[in-house]
Amino acid sequence: MHQLLKDGAVVNNTWQLISADTDDLPQGDILISVSCWQAQRHNLANHAGAVGVWIDSNEEIEAFVATILDLPLIAINFPKFVDGRGFSLARLLRDRYAYSGEIRAIGQIIRDQLFPMQRCGFNAFAFETELDLVEASKSLGDFSDAYQVAVDQPEPLFKRRA
Amino acid sequence: MYQYDQYDQKIVDERVAQYRDQTKRFLAGAISEEEFLPLRLQNGLYVQRLAPMLRIAVPYGLMSSLQVRKIADISRKFDKGYVHFTTRQNIQLNWPQLEEVPDILAELAKVQMHAIQTSGNCIRNTTTDQFAGVASDEIEDPRPWCEIIRQWSTLHPEFAFLPRKFKIAVCGSEQDRAAFLLHDIGVQLIVNEAGETGFRIFVGGGLGRTPVIASLIRDFLPKEHLLTYLDAVLRVYNRYGNRDNKYKARIKILVRAWTPEVFAERVEAEWQHLKDGPATLNGHEIERVKGFFTLPDYRAVDDKAVQTQVNALAAEHKGFSRWLDRNVKPQKQQGYACVTLSLKPAGVAPGDVTDRQLDTIADLADRYSFGEVRTTHNQNIVLADVLKSDLFELWQAARPAGLATPNIGTINDMICCPGGDYCSLANAKSIPVAEAIQRKFDDLDYVYDLGDLELNISGCMNACGHHHIGHIGILGVDKKGEEWYQIQLGGSADKNAALGKVLGPSLSRDAVVDSIETLLDVYVENRLEQESFLKTYQRIGLDKFKERVYAPAS
Ligand code: SF4
Repeated sequence: MHQLLKDGAVVNNTWQLISADTDDLPQGDILISVSCWQAQRHNLANHAGAVGVWIDSNEEIEAFVATILDLPLIAINFPKFVDGRGFSLARLLRDRYAYSGEIRAIGQIIRDQLFPMQRCGFNAFAFETELDLVEASKSLGDFSDAYQVAVDQPEPLFKRRA
Repeated sequence: MYQYDQYDQKIVDERVAQYRDQTKRFLAGAISEEEFLPLRLQNGLYVQRLAPMLRIAVPYGLMSSLQVRKIADISRKFDKGYVHFTTRQNIQLNWPQLEEVPDILAELAKVQMHAIQTSGNCIRNTTTDQFAGVASDEIEDPRPWCEIIRQWSTLHPEFAFLPRKFKIAVCGSEQDRAAFLLHDIGVQLIVNEAGETGFRIFVGGGLGRTPVIASLIRDFLPKEHLLTYLDAVLRVYNRYGNRDNKYKARIKILVRAWTPEVFAERVEAEWQHLKDGPATLNGHEIERVKGFFTLPDYRAVDDKAVQTQVNALAAEHKGFSRWLDRNVKPQKQQGYACVTLSLKPAGVAPGDVTDRQLDTIADLADRYSFGEVRTTHNQNIVLADVLKSDLFELWQAARPAGLATPNIGTINDMICCPGGDYCSLANAKSIPVAEAIQRKFDDLDYVYDLGDLELNISGCMNACGHHHIGHIGILGVDKKGEEWYQIQLGGSADKNAALGKVLGPSLSRDAVVDSIETLLDVYVENRLEQESFLKTYQRIGLDKFKERVYAPAS
């Protein structure tokens, strides 16, 4: 899709997703796999455009996370929308590794996941299928409060009850 | 019991609105079947063989009379005037309309109820002992902890799409009545040598296709760390649980593959990052929640005098005496007792009640048990805190409503899943087997003589009827397209939890009932004085039973 939701607004997608590993990377903003990043990061110093990585849901991010924290964008892939591993990965990036760049959900996500995804630290959502993004963004506001501590709320409800 | 404040109410109300919108989009074709499936499951809506089925949460089995009346009302308005109590202390509506579910949820929200996470691959309703707060062997009331877990697990943002369903039970007493070792997480309240209360944490128990008893992964967890530790367990499971094969996706498979020791280490390592973080409980919150589970205003009672009175009535009325024997249990507080209302009269599917019976239950609760009702995993109803001097009156009031069948803990008090009559996963029907057994063993004297006997029936390997832990378990199997049944013996859900062993080749429905009779004959012939079926089985072994059941007809 050419557009996506970022920080609650509809924006144009300037990033090209490079799903397979290749030596022949195009110019411009590219989103490459972790293995591609590891193989080519030194060659990419002079890349014409920005570089981000996409992580698959089953990856052990602990092994390489230190090398990606300075990137402007980390995307987390949902091979199936019911694969909930990405929720934990986003929380780890934000809570444990203090990543402050863009975390984008990609793959087979659905709008009804926006609220919990945002709570776990995602701030951008690129849907695979065409849909009305303005309409979908309403799901970001499904709830006005929540019990748990999360990226969007550092204190649990039990400490905030009046 | 716990009362919502504006925060709790708002979250439930917003969930209703969210689900209403999801239903609307689904009916308009904007959400596919595949996408709607987990969304509706997370809200308790199955689509079964005959109709959708809505499972309503009864957090740790506790309800007010007001809530019971609301359920009665809903079953009249939106269903066929009866509901089903499940083995997870929840309530099921068997015939709701998909279009009307949002309205049902809105009605439930008015009485602080919901259907959140009663199904689907998420953290389900936390269960506990039906005698919580009144059991004499209690270390601490488990219900405040269940409520703390309920709030933590409700719409947890990280764990809405787990590899598989996830069940937590809390046990607060010496005797286990929550089957906590058969849950994904079993939380046991204990007091350590220093006199501090905390938890023992077990993981990886469960029934289903691969029944397993949970393994201990933490010997003592101080109270304030409960939620951060649960977060750690769930995070490890969410990341590493199997997602390729739904039959290998429960946490028990991961625990077994890694070994409990390695699993414990992984959790411990994760927990080091979360420990003492903002989700750490504080005394203020623990006390706040405990404040909702205070004891009612008990009257000072001359227990001896009342007991004499009760005994005199029992001597006069045989039915009352039987009911006292089977359905009434003593409780911690002098002069009071716990009454189990049986939802297993012969001829009714175990756990089914009508709207009128629900209204009667609510009335009885208002009159005799401070307006509180408890559901049990044996699919009955408990009224606690009943004045012993009210027992006779209560019995007389419950009898005409069909709620006083004196069969608790007997062979007729069986656990039975909905099976092939309702469930699309079933291999075989289970309700007709239950009925046939109840019909066969209708001689009360014989049934009492048999004493404590748990008979559990599941219509398939998913084990919703807990057949693995019945003293006698019956499992529906498919044999070349026909409904057959396998019998298991020796299961038990108490502290010494054990899984039943298969007796032998599966049997036809008619043969099952006759075989049960044979099993009971073997027991009666072999038992020592006062020995229960389970004890006799443990002493004489499976073969004695097997030989007789499979003996060639002479
Ligand atoms: S045990 Fe099987 S048949 Fe029975 S309710 Fe569960 S899934 Fe259905």
